[in-house]
Amino acid sequence: MIQTFAFYLFAVMVIASGAVTILARNPVHSVLWLILAFFNAAGLMVLVGAEFIAMLLVIVYVGAVAVLFLFVVMMLDIDFATLRAGFVRNFPLGFAIALVLLCELVLGVGAYRVGALQLGTPDGTAATALGASNIEAIGALLYGRYLFLFEAAGLILLVAMIGAIVLTHRQRSGVRGQNISRQIARRPDEATVNVRPEVGKGVSL
Amino acid sequence: MIGIEHYVVVSSILFVLGVLGIFLNRKNVIVILMAIELILLAVNINFVAFSAFLHDLTGQIFAMFVLTVAAGEAAIGLAILVIYFRGRGTIAVDDVNRMKG
Repeated sequence: MIQTFAFYLFAVMVIASGAVTILARNPVHSVLWLILAFFNAAGLMVLVGAEFIAMLLVIVYVGAVAVLFLFVVMMLDIDFATLRAGFVRNFPLGFAIALVLLCELVLGVGAYRVGALQLGTPDGTAATALGASNIEAIGALLYGRYLFLFEAAGLILLVAMIGAIVLTHRQRSGVRGQNISRQIARRPDEATVNVRPEVGKGVSL
Repeated sequence: MIGIEHYVVVSSILFVLGVLGIFLNRKNVIVILMAIELILLAVNINFVAFSAFLHDLTGQIFAMFVLTVAAGEAAIGLAILVIYFRGRGTIAVDDVNRMKG
């Protein structure tokens, strides 16, 4: 009973906040609604017993991606009113396409409901071990069977990080930064000079 | 009792909302990127729900990889957005034609 209630609560919230995300006038509000959608999706995942992915969703999306969006939205000085110009004009076409797509997807569910479709049967190699918690089972699978894919995922993140830095880094002119190699190459005998100026002449620096 | 169909319906509605978001905000790249995140979230809900109902953890592992790619995509997309804004002073995507010969 409580599970059914929680499911409908999370489902309604995730759909409502998803809808407000795409309809909001202000992109900052969009990002905040997106965060709410992620939280509720994490709740949906907890309900089926996938705690690890749910926590990962909160950490990665809310903690990193949504904050990244928020930073960019606030960093760029954009007139968002002009960007919304085609909103009403695009609405009928977009809505029609979305409706057709939704009908197709729900039709698939209906076909499964009447028994015309069979779900695939798992081969048992990735079955949930008895007595193991969700995190334990995922860890065993991730560091065993999917080790190389896991490493590849790390590589993708590395490439994304380097790419983002290379893309947004810019050389500023007029900045006097530290030149470490010159600093180290400097020797005492070329850094100091011994002069004996005549009286009343002074030294040139 | 909540079955797999409920989850599939929720994720299809979320997916369609993402597609609709791309259509509605055709000029605003930031909202388009957010709509893509919504689509990927719908896919992830589907993966996790099927994984739970079929008692096979592969779906959850795959959802993690989807998460990885989504994070990378958001980072690169926003970086491109920032440098585009630096050069043009706007992020309207319907007049992006710099690479046209």
